[in-house]
Amino acid sequence: MEIFKIQFSAADLKVIAPELVLTIFALFVLILSVFVRRQSRGPLGYTALVGVVIAFFSLFLGIGKEIKAFNGMVTMDPFCLFFKVMFLIVAFLTILASLGYTKREGIDLGEYYVLVLFATVGMMLMASGVNLLIIFLGLEVMSISIYVLAGIMRDDTRSVEAAFKYFLLGAFASAFLLYGIALTYASTGTLDLAGIGEVLTRQAWISSLPIVIIGLALLIIGFGFKIALVPFHMWTPDVYEGAPTSITAFMATGVKAAGFAAFVRVFFYALPNLQAYWTQIMWILAVATMTVGNIIALSQTNIKRMLAYSSIAHAGYIMVAFVAGNELGKSSILFYLLAYVFMNIGAFTVVILLGKKGEENTQLADYAGVGFKHPLLAASMSIFMLSLAGVPPMAGFMAKFYVFSAAVKARYYWLAVIGVLNSAVAAYYYLRVLIYMYFREPERELAVGAFSPSAVLAVIISVWGVLQIGILPSTFLALAQRSVQFLL
Amino acid sequence: MLPNVPPVCYLIVSALIFAIGAVGVLIRRDAIVIFMCIEMMLSAVNLSLITASHYLDSLDGVLMVFFVMTVAAAEAAVGLAIFVLLYRGRGTIKVDEINLLKW
Amino acid sequence: MLIKYVPVLFLLALSIFFAVFVVFLSHLLGPKRVHPVKAAPYECGMISLGPTHQAIPIKYYIIAMLFLVFDLEVVFLYPWAVVFRELGIFGFVEMMIFIFILLLGFIYVWRKGALEWE
Repeated sequence: MEIFKIQFSAADLKVIAPELVLTIFALFVLILSVFVRRQSRGPLGYTALVGVVIAFFSLFLGIGKEIKAFNGMVTMDPFCLFFKVMFLIVAFLTILASLGYTKREGIDLGEYYVLVLFATVGMMLMASGVNLLIIFLGLEVMSISIYVLAGIMRDDTRSVEAAFKYFLLGAFASAFLLYGIALTYASTGTLDLAGIGEVLTRQAWISSLPIVIIGLALLIIGFGFKIALVPFHMWTPDVYEGAPTSITAFMATGVKAAGFAAFVRVFFYALPNLQAYWTQIMWILAVATMTVGNIIALSQTNIKRMLAYSSIAHAGYIMVAFVAGNELGKSSILFYLLAYVFMNIGAFTVVILLGKKGEENTQLADYAGVGFKHPLLAASMSIFMLSLAGVPPMAGFMAKFYVFSAAVKARYYWLAVIGVLNSAVAAYYYLRVLIYMYFREPERELAVGAFSPSAVLAVIISVWGVLQIGILPSTFLALAQRSVQFLL
Repeated sequence: MLPNVPPVCYLIVSALIFAIGAVGVLIRRDAIVIFMCIEMMLSAVNLSLITASHYLDSLDGVLMVFFVMTVAAAEAAVGLAIFVLLYRGRGTIKVDEINLLKW
Repeated sequence: MLIKYVPVLFLLALSIFFAVFVVFLSHLLGPKRVHPVKAAPYECGMISLGPTHQAIPIKYYIIAMLFLVFDLEVVFLYPWAVVFRELGIFGFVEMMIFIFILLLGFIYVWRKGALEWE
């Protein structure tokens, strides 16, 4: 047995500074929440918000030097920096959208914000871990927090049911992922991603062992569950529908982005030698995910459920870039996720704003006539829907454009064609929301509570993000390209 | 570890236990039993990790087992809480009766 | 080699055979007198009143859950204790931070009233 020497310095702490800041704030809010009176819980959410902002600035402590810390467990490279910024944006917007919503639904507990912060820490560890152990731990920290958050409306049986389904299937998926990790470890003898890549390059014969191939398949299943690839998507619509809307937004963007971060890291960093094996599987998964997601979304009448299927379809588009696997493909995964974060959180925040206590108003019919009653809100919703549909000049269009051009460049012509056809089909159900908002007479008066200013701010930021990325895509693409440099 | 037993035997046993757990998850209806099956799958993985760790002469696998055990405990605590909550609201935790949201 | 485990296999086969054989034999030879009293769940004593599956108070469950979580954290103390001397002051501080975070969790549980029995 080798002897562990613990080498540790302040530089190590700088690498995980944002995680530390978020953890400290989460613990602080947790303790605060049990010592303040019920009426004065308001500041808890703002404290969490301050934590996210400070975590953002603490990122600068670790920038500049690409080092591995804690005996090569975590790293600080442009790739994880990109994702960490994205997760902090997700957490920031989610908390903004939650401040009014939680009060309305009576879930303004300290625990809510604590768990959002812990889940964000988990996501960051998934992006920055370069050791399968850390990636697994990050995934679990994130997942366990989200299981609780999905069921945090304790008196709402639908919310609890969502938590129940997510928990059972999430734990099932974790077991598969873990077995994949164990088999990879058994065949290569290390949990370090760079080490695995090195062993597979140096001793090429290992790559064709059945144990490696089974491990690969199990890893795909495990990650596939987390990012909701068909046929591992069964939980998505139920969980997205039942969970509190703010948490649905958090799951649809943060969890998916974190899943992709770890997925890309593991497959392009540790297992590029097995590309011949996984490209075919991914091709099929990409096509199935896009097609099934879009076709089932066509018949949905509940907007949360529709957005759930749409999120499945979007995972499919991202998989197209994954299959392409060239330079543009890898950077367009990051670009797509960033665009997706803004348009999806924005759309869900509008859904939050159009509800009130006891009445979520998530049926499509409830949106009839919203265009004239709340013109600005409807205009923002239209921007998000058009962006999701991929209409220029929104962010969604540029994201799809890069993904499909990556596929064409890598000579996956059929994949690009199927993708384009799919986005044409998808336009139908996104535009239907617009038709309801502007061209349908309302059947009943839509009862909307007072708008929470912080949620309005979240919508404004999202609109800004969608337009900014859509109109000036080259800046963001350049950022994404710099972030994946090391994977090439 | 017993002498003279090749590591592949442990790996096969672990694979079998994992498969039994996975099949149990798919065919059982009681949430508690399903959860026990998932725990069984995690334990099977632990067996694989320990075996690999022993024969590779590296500590990483054992380290991983520690964390898997804690994660499993945290998962159990959260899971049981969710089950109790659901049982209070619905009076059942049979997975085919939990169908308020279309399964 | 594996050959020395062959007696174990023999013993296993023999014991399975014997168990099945004896059950079969008693089934074959034993006299059968059917009587409703004998079919009752408890042949002697009272017939149970009402359902026997009683709900267990939820309090037990919370204690069990807390025990599970806090107990498992002790797993990390063992390897630390083994190399305590080699790690020195650094390991000590590290473990104190770990326990401090556990303590925060404990304070949370305590303030929430999860430890009160009544």
